[in-house]
Amino acid sequence: MTSSTLLPETGEIAAWRYAHPELFARPFAERWRSRGIALLLAAIFVFGLWWIDATPMRFWNGAGRLGFLIKLMLPPSSGGVFGTYLQALGETLAMAFFGTFLSTIVAFPLGFLGARNVVPNIFLHFGFRRVLDVLRGIDILIWALIFVSAVGMGPFAGVLAIAFSDVAFLTKIYAEAIENVDRKPIEGTQAAGANQLQAIRLAVVPQVLPVILSSALYFFESNVRAATILGIVGAGGIGLELSQQILVNNWDQALFIIIMMLVAVAIIDSISRRIRLKIIGGK
Amino acid sequence: MSPMIDVGHTARIEAFHRSFAVERRKLWLQTAIYGVLLVAAVIFSAMFSGFSFRELASGLPDAWRYISSTFPELHYATLGHDLGEWYWNLPRWLELLAETALMSFVGTMAGSIAALLLCFSASRNLMRNNTLYFLSRRFLELARTVPDTVYAMIFVFAFGIGPLAGVLALAVHTTGSLGKLFSEINESVDTKPIEGVMAAGGNWPVIMRLAVLPQVMPNFMSYALLRFEYNIRSASVLGIVGAGGIGEELYLSIRQFDYPDISAIVLLIIIVVMAADLSCEAIRHRMISKESLRYTS
Repeated sequence: MTSSTLLPETGEIAAWRYAHPELFARPFAERWRSRGIALLLAAIFVFGLWWIDATPMRFWNGAGRLGFLIKLMLPPSSGGVFGTYLQALGETLAMAFFGTFLSTIVAFPLGFLGARNVVPNIFLHFGFRRVLDVLRGIDILIWALIFVSAVGMGPFAGVLAIAFSDVAFLTKIYAEAIENVDRKPIEGTQAAGANQLQAIRLAVVPQVLPVILSSALYFFESNVRAATILGIVGAGGIGLELSQQILVNNWDQALFIIIMMLVAVAIIDSISRRIRLKIIGGK
Repeated sequence: MSPMIDVGHTARIEAFHRSFAVERRKLWLQTAIYGVLLVAAVIFSAMFSGFSFRELASGLPDAWRYISSTFPELHYATLGHDLGEWYWNLPRWLELLAETALMSFVGTMAGSIAALLLCFSASRNLMRNNTLYFLSRRFLELARTVPDTVYAMIFVFAFGIGPLAGVLALAVHTTGSLGKLFSEINESVDTKPIEGVMAAGGNWPVIMRLAVLPQVMPNFMSYALLRFEYNIRSASVLGIVGAGGIGEELYLSIRQFDYPDISAIVLLIIIVVMAADLSCEAIRHRMISKESLRYTS
């Protein structure tokens, strides 16, 4: 009985398959192209493994040493200089906060320069955007290396590194926010007799202010993370302590510092999430 | 009749004015409090980070002098020769750049695969087992909150100086951040295919493979590509702690005051990062447009 109900169905399916083969399988070319891409990626992956000399032997030895390191790390200890580390952590947070503040007040006017609807000159706009693109290609650690060489070791170099790397990102975000503002409030203020500057103050700034505040907060969060490692190249803060403890093989203290960093980042994240909800909610 | 309306009208206007004044005062007070807090935080952080305007006034010109001293001397008459002088070590640098890109590729790929394996058990809607859910969540959190440079420093000790440590650091960090993004995508999947496969008798891995993966794959690919871009940037500096790639050479040239080398290498890094950004963006756009075509047709 079942076969008599099944048979016409398979016949129907076969007919459909014959009439619309594309519904049942991807076209031949597409199938082989995706297989080719997968094969190519796998080949590069294997070549990469060979290049970095990722032999099972090295993994095995490394894993053994990693286990040894973890044994050295436990239990984490402050080494009796918890106060020093706390101060270094404070320095890191201060670097991140002040760097974000500086970059925000510099990027705000620059954002207007980069916005197409404020500076209609296409060449100026294009050139400005490309300069920002170039600056964004430079990692924050490279900025830190440059400023440590230029102004000496210490948190000041870290502040400058954070500010310079953020300006390139924030200016782009602000320029895009300004380009996306609603035209109607601008027309409204202009109809009421406002000049260009007044229109910006009364119609543009209120629209972009939530974007500016929430991106400043977001960058502060990510700068706290970045600032924790800037010390590795000599730009002050907790990263300096961390790299020093690792250099002299004080692994228990290194783990202690890493835990301090994680706790600080978690606290900052939760505070900033609360503030951001408030900003977005109050919009 | 009309005086009645007038009385009500003025009363309403007065009430409005009063409430407006109250609102206004509240807003003013709020602004003042937050403003004072902000100013205090700014002053405090400026003091703590050793910032002073005098230092800024001398520091910025210093920084500019330093940056401009890295610029090469290029003369129009001897341009070819000068360029050759500037990029005297180009073959070695290109090799290191290739190594950087390869590190980022392998790290992204390994991290994506690990994230792919972990993301389903880290999604609330797909994982009923609390222990497994909790473990995979915590593991992903740990993997992404420690900066990749810190992982690199630890792995350099364990696996020795070289790109292997860098790749592992990138892979671990990528696992953490992609795993979180992937599980967030998983949490918004359509449940009907899952019910369908479940009704047809599929077990958990089969459900993930046949009902969830096809829905989320395009988004996963897009995030993995974004991560690849990000990792190229990171890989370019991992060499500073000895984890391979072009960063090592950059760090060396800064340490040895080989000024023109610094600008040459930084320029190469910028070009590679920008090329990766542009090509990944193009691929992502293509993928997205193809996907939207598939769903609309």
